[in-house]
Amino acid sequence: MGVPISVTVNGQHRESEVDSRTLLVQFIREELRLTGTHVGCDTSSCGACTIIMDGKAVKSCTVLAASANGSDITTIEGLAQNGELHPLQEGFKEEHGLQCGFCTPGMIMTAVQLLEDNPQPSEAEIRHGLEGNYCRCTGYHNIVKAIYHASRKYKEVSHG
Amino acid sequence: MDTKKIKLPHGIPGHNLGQIEREVPADEPPAWPVNDELKHVGKRVKRTDAEAKVTGAAKFTSDIQLPGMLYGRMLRSDYPHAKIRSIDMSAAEKHPGVYAVHIFKNVVGMAQPADDDAAGEYPDIKFAGQPIAGVAALTTEIAEEALDLIKVDYEYLPFVVDLEEAQKPEAPLVFTTNVEQDDAGGGGGGDTGLKTVGNVRGPSTSSFYGGPRGDLEKGFEEADTILEQTYRTQVQTHCSLETHGVVVDWKPDNVTIYASTQNTKNVRDEFAEVFDLPKSQVRVIQEYMGGGFGAKHSLGNFGVMAGYLAKKSGRPIKLMLDRREEHISSGNRPNSIHYLKIGARKDGKLTAIQQRSYGTAGVGLGAGVGRIAQIMYESPNFSTEQYDVFTHAGPGAAWRAPGNVQGCYGLEQAMDELAEKLNLDPIALRDVTDTSEIRKVERHRGAETFKWSRRKLPASDPGLIKKGLGMAQSHWPRIVHIDSTAEVRAFRDGAVEIRSAVQDIGTGTKTVLSQVVAEELGLKPEDITVRIGDTLFPDGPPSGGSIVTGSITPPARNAAYKLKLQLFDQVASKLETDASKLAVDDGQIMSTEDPSKKIAFKEALKEMRTGQISATASRSDDYGGFMVGNAIAYGGLGSVQFAEVSVDTETGFVKVEKIVAVHSCGRPINITQIENQINGGVIQGLGYALYEDRVMDNETGHQMNSNFDQYKMPLSLEIPDIEILIVEDYSGRSSTDAYGIGEPANIATAAAVANAVYNAIGTRIFEIPITPEKVLRALNKV
Repeated sequence: MGVPISVTVNGQHRESEVDSRTLLVQFIREELRLTGTHVGCDTSSCGACTIIMDGKAVKSCTVLAASANGSDITTIEGLAQNGELHPLQEGFKEEHGLQCGFCTPGMIMTAVQLLEDNPQPSEAEIRHGLEGNYCRCTGYHNIVKAIYHASRKYKEVSHG
Repeated sequence: MDTKKIKLPHGIPGHNLGQIEREVPADEPPAWPVNDELKHVGKRVKRTDAEAKVTGAAKFTSDIQLPGMLYGRMLRSDYPHAKIRSIDMSAAEKHPGVYAVHIFKNVVGMAQPADDDAAGEYPDIKFAGQPIAGVAALTTEIAEEALDLIKVDYEYLPFVVDLEEAQKPEAPLVFTTNVEQDDAGGGGGGDTGLKTVGNVRGPSTSSFYGGPRGDLEKGFEEADTILEQTYRTQVQTHCSLETHGVVVDWKPDNVTIYASTQNTKNVRDEFAEVFDLPKSQVRVIQEYMGGGFGAKHSLGNFGVMAGYLAKKSGRPIKLMLDRREEHISSGNRPNSIHYLKIGARKDGKLTAIQQRSYGTAGVGLGAGVGRIAQIMYESPNFSTEQYDVFTHAGPGAAWRAPGNVQGCYGLEQAMDELAEKLNLDPIALRDVTDTSEIRKVERHRGAETFKWSRRKLPASDPGLIKKGLGMAQSHWPRIVHIDSTAEVRAFRDGAVEIRSAVQDIGTGTKTVLSQVVAEELGLKPEDITVRIGDTLFPDGPPSGGSIVTGSITPPARNAAYKLKLQLFDQVASKLETDASKLAVDDGQIMSTEDPSKKIAFKEALKEMRTGQISATASRSDDYGGFMVGNAIAYGGLGSVQFAEVSVDTETGFVKVEKIVAVHSCGRPINITQIENQINGGVIQGLGYALYEDRVMDNETGHQMNSNFDQYKMPLSLEIPDIEILIVEDYSGRSSTDAYGIGEPANIATAAAVANAVYNAIGTRIFEIPITPEKVLRALNKV
């Protein structure tokens, strides 16, 4: 049974018909072919599927595509603007905030909201903000550094 | 073979650095000086693949989508032990949207009867989660609906999933004959030819370091002190963020397999064997993979199933495991009950070590405790007996220093206990018993950084929250994979590429290769395109056993060196000099005698007679020869880790406050990547020490926590401060003298934490994970 949905993804308007059981992450990956959003578990634990939906970081494995109707979504592919990496992407690159890279898009999207809510977080606040994201490779240290790096850059930008 | 003599750096800078002269094949490149004198090697070079990974452009196996692709799913047994009388696939096959079905005739990745005469039509079920059949359908959901329609008629049999229960005479048997396992997948497997009695196979008594030595009885007689203790470790599951899986694209004369694998070559070879294809017609691609840690060396049952479904349906098949399947079927670090008896003289010299262990890799082999007790300390008398115990549970698999992590947990606590018995500082005891020069330097540099001298007597911290300090050390052999080849190509348009089938498991192999080639060619790492993870290129080593860097960087350098000589030949006459007088630096080719005679590297490429030139090199034998066979090189990779913990004696909660990790990996190539890997290894060790535990239900034979919800891994909040010291250790054994760090990073952490917990509370906890309950029990508070 198809459910019509209309969403904006990375600034592009998309209309589709989805199965009522289709998860948002499946819609993003399989229909829109935006495979940067990953699936690491099926219990909302790992955070690899995190996207920004109407300004909030959400785990897209826990949202039905049908219930995303009308929403504005940003995935990892929509973060860089005009070929310029987002400060968080720059931070993860500069600080080696990754190894295998599978958790990276989810980490970055989680951090987008983290810095949105708290542009100058302390290390403890960054660590707290990442509580819903697993990384099995890096031990998190360079991920924390990467987010801190980006927060300094935000500061530079906002102080012009 | 023509040879020449070269002088290579030898020793530890700041300690005993010198030179060693070695006779090497004449076509080997000249020796590199120490890292201080190099431009790109040993530096904090940015990852070449970072941009692809931060933008979502990196394609993992699970991201591959091909036209007409179907989704495969497998039916798994819910019962841990059964015979299958019949399987009815007819309803599944007719289900709309299903394109192919297949029933397994045998399953791989587990021990197999040595004499396979009793095999029935279907393989016997030996663990809950064993795959039985599979379907391919338009979507995963349709495939799962079809699985529900498969009718299996089981004859249920009694089962056992507990390590100790399985050893009892009345325990249900997992195997009724002797078994072997060929495909233990990269290091987890046990010795061949051992007998099985009941569910117990073994003992394994020897390793590549040899067999038992000396006379135990005499050794214990000569001891002033004898320590006897038993240590227990749990089953830990790998939890790679990307599950195992493949996409199989079966074309008439070429099968392409996209695989989340740490061993492209092995997946190709296994697929070719199963489907009786020439290896040259099977191509395996791994551009990016989401972790492996040792469990992803093989094609696996999922890969075999995807192959059959692709062959039958004529369409590409994607088959990725889900998280539950990953926990129950794709590997784990086996548990252990590890008995140690160690004799020592008053001065700390060891007189005898006796080791016996029992562990279960479920239906697989490889539950030993490794070789650390055999090799790390000087003891003239030594014996080990390591037994595999079969249970009706998913097979173990290699994982970062297989066996040795379990073994180190026991041995290094025993050494801590022994030090206390002998009234010696744990470091002083090791200075007496451990002859490794690198570990000696690491112990003392680490102790200074960690401020080991502030360590107090056990349980002497007043108050409810007690601090404790502990240390532990480890050994990992330098393993070299000779069948490792790299090709370097240069193109007239200025591009320089390195190609090899070696894969990047995520640690940064691509970046390391770009550094090595750039160093040799006088270019920058970003000038080098790294094309790896594809079996169309020359075979590379598996990403396991900390093998990759030591195996593929020397051929990478040598191929670049050969290519450079070809280019010199082509430009020498133009520069009016002899090719032997040319050198590279900073993007230029110039005469060593007259620096005005020069040409930019890229300009030289434009002048080439052909559109591209290419040079290939394979891993040379180690300079000076191998210690064992052609794989184990002289001198282990030593590491020492220090842990500071605080233990809440009211709640039993252990918090690791700080780790100082001191490591060596020969010539370090990328400092930041090494640090990142050590951080990760320490944190896997911390999860092992405190949290992670596969919980089996004895009543149903199922894993109770086969998810990320209840299987507890460390999160960002639980991470201690980690300070890393990397000690350069030159041994002059190859053209790069570099080695890996994956295994060493992970070995000593749990023992260091356990020793620190003992120092905090004065009571030793002999079993990990060290949960609050175990701490309170140890303190007699529950």
